[in-house]
Amino acid sequence: MTAALKPHWTCGAFREGVIATLPLMPGLFAFGTVAARKGFSLLDALTMSGIVFSGVAQIIVVDAWPEQLTVTSMFAIVVATFVICSRFLLIGAAMRPLLGKLPAAQVYPFLHFMVEPPWLLGLRYERNGGRDPGFIFGSAAACWVVWVVSTAPGFWLGSSVDPYRFGLDMVMPAFFTAMLVSLWQGPRKAIGWPVAAMVAVAADWLFGGFWYAVLGALAGSIVGGLADE
Amino acid sequence: MSERDPLGWIAVIAAMTLTVYITRAGGFWLIGRFTIGPRLRKMLDALPGAIIAATIAPLMIHGGISAIAAVAAALLAVVTIRNDFAAVVAGVGVAALVRAAGF
Repeated sequence: MTAALKPHWTCGAFREGVIATLPLMPGLFAFGTVAARKGFSLLDALTMSGIVFSGVAQIIVVDAWPEQLTVTSMFAIVVATFVICSRFLLIGAAMRPLLGKLPAAQVYPFLHFMVEPPWLLGLRYERNGGRDPGFIFGSAAACWVVWVVSTAPGFWLGSSVDPYRFGLDMVMPAFFTAMLVSLWQGPRKAIGWPVAAMVAVAADWLFGGFWYAVLGALAGSIVGGLADE
Repeated sequence: MSERDPLGWIAVIAAMTLTVYITRAGGFWLIGRFTIGPRLRKMLDALPGAIIAATIAPLMIHGGISAIAAVAAALLAVVTIRNDFAAVVAGVGVAALVRAAGF
């Protein structure tokens, strides 16, 4: 059961959150390479990373950038963005018990910077007894800074470095695996995990596209919630 | 892109930012309108693991041997060393080795 974080935050916890996020650093330059390949200027790529700040959605949208920006192509971009980011709806809901005691004037600006790593690291921090929201703010800030800054080396390196060859596409999966281990509380509480994995694989196979993450997560969460312990 | 069609570029950035923010803030806001009962609470508690499983599983299927080996190495590293950085190094390193070996 998640306990609520205190309404006040400190710089010490903020720094702790920044440090906890550093293992992710080498995996975040993918967007720059895609933007360079599609003929974006560095400034455009940085603008998008800094303002939109949406990882996979940026990569997918830029990779499929239309020849001409029409109302139809913009609508398609918005729909794709919404589908890819729909998992944030679930994550936001799951963050309510954690962040519910914080003033709205802090939470709603923070939510713009919310991504998986601060959420997952924050959950572990809370389970280990931490109650200072500065930790999550620090982790989210680190994600934002690293994401924006590493757009540039990605842009310059472009196709001269193949991230696949160096296994850099595995940074995020490896980090998620570490987070999964920290979430482990015995097989009964993890009953939703294989369900989520199987539904995601099936949805990916059946529909393609990007529905698989939210569908798998929803199925796993419902089964995990309904299973009697 | 901003040189070729500045207005369109601003419109896309604004539309994407708004869309992403709606997903990020929407779930938090919406569930705040309800009382979270024990059943819903259990579902929310089950969500983190489900999100990770649903994100990684298709990647492992598409990535084949190197991705499966990388995730297994990360798992082994974090269980033995209990450190996130070790997990990332092990995962990336094993993926690079397996790919260099031609798989």
